[in-house]
Amino acid sequence: MIEFHLNSRCGLSPYQQLVQQVRHALRLGLLDEGDRLPTVKDVAKQMAVNPNTVLKAYRELEHDGLVAARPGVGTFVTRTLADGTLAAHGPLRKDLQRWLTKARLAGLDDESIEALFMNTFRDAAGEDVA
Amino acid sequence: MSAVLRAQGLGKRYKQRWALQNCDLDIPAGRVVGLVGLVGPNGAGKSTLLNLASGMLTPTAGTIEVCGGRPAEGVEQLAKVGFVAQDTPVYAALSVADHLDLGKRLNPAWDDAVARDRIRHLGLNSRQKAGKLSGGQRAQLALTLGIAKRPELLILDEPVAALDPLARREFMQDLMEAVAEHELSVVLSSHLVSDVERTCDYVIVLVDSRCRWPATSTTWSPATTGSPDRAGTRRRCRPVSTSSPPATPTGRPPSWCAPTRRSTIRPGPSARSVWKTSSWPT
Repeated sequence: MIEFHLNSRCGLSPYQQLVQQVRHALRLGLLDEGDRLPTVKDVAKQMAVNPNTVLKAYRELEHDGLVAARPGVGTFVTRTLADGTLAAHGPLRKDLQRWLTKARLAGLDDESIEALFMNTFRDAAGEDVA
Repeated sequence: MSAVLRAQGLGKRYKQRWALQNCDLDIPAGRVVGLVGLVGPNGAGKSTLLNLASGMLTPTAGTIEVCGGRPAEGVEQLAKVGFVAQDTPVYAALSVADHLDLGKRLNPAWDDAVARDRIRHLGLNSRQKAGKLSGGQRAQLALTLGIAKRPELLILDEPVAALDPLARREFMQDLMEAVAEHELSVVLSSHLVSDVERTCDYVIVLVDSRCRWPATSTTWSPATTGSPDRAGTRRRCRPVSTSSPPATPTGRPPSWCAPTRRSTIRPGPSARSVWKTSSWPT
């Protein structure tokens, strides 16, 4: 079962963070078709967020055709976002972990790592466009 | 959907000073509403508004209607509204069990199972005197009484102001669980925007004893106050931004600035202008 977490500094509203986390879990194969999402009440309690915020996130996912609510039973995943690249995720994750270890050894803190990654990511994306 | 709280031209004067003026509100049922005072922790009129809603005070001007009736008018009306005053008052000499007993005898719709479950879940010793409880435990006991009363509307005046961050979070977790479970409406006040940010559907801002509504009252027409749906969401309170959202190739604002039901709150020197009706492109 997916566990949500909220970051108050990321600039996304809580409901958008919930949507994003489900989408990411679907992409990474952590959630699969038929899996049940936690109930609105459970998420509201665990995260101390308004139940309507959770409801809104689930409705958006439903609108996108990713989940379906079965009244009285729960909300279930109906479509996965994982593609053929799933097999490559394992080795790539290992590479990333190695890179993160190196970055930490070099003395980079969380913010520096994030800045470096995002900057490189954008630069690479910019080159692709050009 | 019926309004859980409706006020028109509501005002309260203490001798020469107006504590609340020209307050117009129309809050639909089933929502959590935050009441924030932006001018310091005191003197914005939060407690006055909540005391008017609970019937502890009578208005000097205008009208207020709570759950379809005048506040504190008759037994039925009293049963509909739960009120936890500032500093979560409990009877220091009475034990936790005594409080539950008192609640049971005084409230026609008392849900004893919910009360006992919560006390057990909180790990409170029911023989302990309320005066010996910690601040967080006292707040939780007061919340338990408010929830077990099974009101339509629960009014909480600064419920977490005296709590440390951990107790604050636990309190909010339990409150949100109760909202999800019992579908009750909540109006809670706080002087910290961060308290209401994640928990509230709507925010009322009180500045200098006046209501500053984050959107025009037309967004509260019956057509838009039904169950949260996509179309309704877009017409309700829009996120208030100091600048126009950047355009995307499709000409629409990007997804991150899509209207949300709960407005973005930006405290600080520009707060006043931020809370005016936004010039959001339609």
